[in-house]
Amino acid sequence: MTNPLSGTLLDENVDISLGDLCRACRINIEQIQLLVEEGVIEPRGHAPSEWRFQRVSIRQVRRVVRLEQDLGVNLAGAALAIELLDEIDRLKARLRRFEDL
Amino acid sequence: MNAETARQLKFRQIPRLLAGFYCLALLTEPIAGQPPFLGFYFMEFKDYYKTLGLERDASQDDIKRTYRKLARKYHPDVSAEADAEERFKEVSEAYEVLKDPEKRAAYDQLGNDWRQGQEFRPPPGWDQGFEFHDGSHAGGGPEAFSDFFESLFGGAGFGQSFGGSRQRQFHAEGNDTRARIMIDIEDAYQGAKRQITLKHSELGDDGRPRVRERTLNVTIPKGVTEGQQIRLAGQGEPGVGQGKAGDLYLEIHFHPHRSYHLEGKNLYVDLPLAPWEAALGATVRVPTPTGGVDVKIPANSKRGGKLRLKGRGLPAREPGDLYVVLQVVQPPANTEAEKDAYEKFASSFNFDPRKNTGHSA
Repeated sequence: MTNPLSGTLLDENVDISLGDLCRACRINIEQIQLLVEEGVIEPRGHAPSEWRFQRVSIRQVRRVVRLEQDLGVNLAGAALAIELLDEIDRLKARLRRFEDL
Repeated sequence: MNAETARQLKFRQIPRLLAGFYCLALLTEPIAGQPPFLGFYFMEFKDYYKTLGLERDASQDDIKRTYRKLARKYHPDVSAEADAEERFKEVSEAYEVLKDPEKRAAYDQLGNDWRQGQEFRPPPGWDQGFEFHDGSHAGGGPEAFSDFFESLFGGAGFGQSFGGSRQRQFHAEGNDTRARIMIDIEDAYQGAKRQITLKHSELGDDGRPRVRERTLNVTIPKGVTEGQQIRLAGQGEPGVGQGKAGDLYLEIHFHPHRSYHLEGKNLYVDLPLAPWEAALGATVRVPTPTGGVDVKIPANSKRGGKLRLKGRGLPAREPGDLYVVLQVVQPPANTEAEKDAYEKFASSFNFDPRKNTGHSA
């Protein structure tokens, strides 16, 4: 058995730059700026060069990009969709618990 | 297809198949329908019209409308259906061909006689006279598509970097991959080592793609929350040439637990109480992932009431809290003594449980 791999936990304490986010999601700076304007991701810092994003932004951005590409919705629509999907997940989890009681 | 084209086609496919190293969801069934290989490429015919549930004379508008509907239904980010990912790939592949009049015309001239799943190889020179322009794939990237698709359209548009000259070396970074991992709430409290098995397809030494399993030992750090990701650098798809490998992202999800659940870093524990414990107050042992803790229940506690134990949620720089959620469980009256106790109970109270419901006695 090999030594266990220790990954990086992408929690709120680990942040990344604009360049990191672009590379991880394979999209360009302009697209990231649009996502920030839409409020899908909220960087700390004022100018784009100072922006720091939470690592969880990668997942948000990837989901938005996939929905845009695959379903033909626009950015605002994709942003709304992931918010509603997250809300549905929370509600389903609560519902499961009440059904179990 | 002459020998040279065949060789080129085959050669082109190799890096593409290498790039087609993709992770499937953890611990799911193996990939179905791996094509049999008999010297040359035999594979299953795909009836793209059937996949979309359309007639062969469907209009481009019909195709788009049907694809959109199915994509909304099966998109892995949206759908809760178990086989969503597989269905979405099939639908995307069908749309990739049928949305493009050039590809559709080429596909159509294969004829009406093919049936879904039938053994297929491209007729010689099948694509003669067709020019393909579209270089971009919808949904999931080219690695998501079947060998059937690759054999017909694999060289079109995006193939140049791989085909053409054998002398020119091609380098590309491997794609990032992701997989879900299920852990217990206790693992998030204490941290854990987990052995996980990932399935992916890759090209074997004999040139056949096959399903491979690989096992990774992974450290689950303390304090992980639902949906959080762990990045394992270099564990994604291998790169092509000197391109470096992609990363593997493990997404954390928790097994449901009978008496507790997490919301972010806060832990909720359901605590059943006897009616007299709730009414009179009591000290009750509450199970938590780190062992039992004694909790003082105040008198006249109600069902649904919450008691907060600060800092006893998930460990973190700012740890979460533990909430004890009170439930009141009523004992059945079976014996005479028990019935007697309920009678006394009733005569001692002036209590109307339906006071606020509009139909009190």
